[in-house]
Amino acid sequence: MPVQYAGIKKEHQAVRERAGLFDVSHMGEIVVEGPKALAAVDRLVSNDVSKLAVGRALYTVCCNADGFILDDLIVYRLEAEKVLVVCNASNRDKIVAHFAAHLELGIPWNDVSDQWALLALQGPAAASVMKDLNVDSGVLELAPFHVTRATIAGIDLWAARTGYTGEDGYELFCSVDDAVGLWRALLEAGAPHRLEPVGLGARDTLRLEARLMLYGNDIDEQTHPFEAGLGWVVKLDAGDFIGRDALVRIKAEGFDRKMVGFEMTERGIARHGYPIVSDGDTVGVVTSGSPGPTLGRNIGLGYVPKALSKVGSTLGVEIRGKVVGAVVVPTPFYKR
Amino acid sequence: MTIVTYPRDLQYTREHEWARLEGDVIRVGITAYAVQQLGDVTLVDMPAPGEDVQAHERFGDIESVKTVSELFAPVSGEVVDVNAELESSPELVNEGPYEDGWLVTIRPSDEGELDGLMDAAKYEEYLGTLDG
Repeated sequence: MPVQYAGIKKEHQAVRERAGLFDVSHMGEIVVEGPKALAAVDRLVSNDVSKLAVGRALYTVCCNADGFILDDLIVYRLEAEKVLVVCNASNRDKIVAHFAAHLELGIPWNDVSDQWALLALQGPAAASVMKDLNVDSGVLELAPFHVTRATIAGIDLWAARTGYTGEDGYELFCSVDDAVGLWRALLEAGAPHRLEPVGLGARDTLRLEARLMLYGNDIDEQTHPFEAGLGWVVKLDAGDFIGRDALVRIKAEGFDRKMVGFEMTERGIARHGYPIVSDGDTVGVVTSGSPGPTLGRNIGLGYVPKALSKVGSTLGVEIRGKVVGAVVVPTPFYKR
Repeated sequence: MTIVTYPRDLQYTREHEWARLEGDVIRVGITAYAVQQLGDVTLVDMPAPGEDVQAHERFGDIESVKTVSELFAPVSGEVVDVNAELESSPELVNEGPYEDGWLVTIRPSDEGELDGLMDAAKYEEYLGTLDG
């Protein structure tokens, strides 16, 4: 996946206003099978996937025993006895090793990342592009966070109504052998809708505006889901999972810092790693920052002490030795 | 595909700035190659008029959506003028790096420093060594 095709701003705008096509085949895919597949995956993730119906998907994190985040994942129940776990490319080896070490013995599972491609069609015109491809009504009527088997442009695949942009859209899992054909078919069907291929740069600005986490930037093995604002994917009362005891303790003891969204009130762009300051002291750190092309403002995410986390709190971001003003704002920054 | 050109009447640096002698000042900007590498320019941080800059040392920063890059002065001297339009319209750098997207003018302390820079042909040759 290149950083950009036609330019980050142009690609970003295409996804917000029309449609964009992403080759995100670098993502990791693990398939777990058998009658105990769902229960086995449930033990490895913080959200409650134990009751996930066939054709449904759920966002979750996977924690280590200390409650820190190993990765954020989407779990799809493809079939009654077939569960797909999608992880970040950068974490694939780690998650595969984690599954190998902790998935209940005797459960069949496979890292299919090298056999599966993933194309994401995102944007308000995504459904129209699908319609032009004469897909089944099952695909057109697919609700958010649902998944179905489908044939698109003659290619058998899994179609999910998920994404990483804050827009409507699909993620299509197919065999790597079919990926080029699918890419071309989608580009062609998308042409009348002025669909654009989209690179990594716009993927980052789109997800940031929608306040979607980027592993390695916003969350990592030094952060737990509560401080990251991901408490909603932690189900402490829905059975045991790795990290649960630690998260129960963290929740009971409380924690000092919290992730906030901010926008710059003075001229400057916050970037990952820049210090957040208040009254001359460094109090936190920027985890993501860039211009928000849809918003026309420079935005960011970062960790600050709880006392400074309320909407309206003023912060400073240290940009190359100079403190530039920022204010905590509600997130997501952008909502369709 | 962007057409990348390097006007013959400019001098170039290895850090991808261009310089043009205009009377007693030198106008400075970044090259089409730099623009292509950066992508959409979103913010340009420059010195104030009257400040001194040193040849081949950082005199400011240019930010695109994705990255921050340092700006290096092609010659030593005093900043005479900065392109104020860039504050509200940084995209001018993308649209016309040799025209409306210029950055600063500098009154050189030693005009001879210009001779140490590359001409268009040399710069293009230099770019050839960077690819791949």
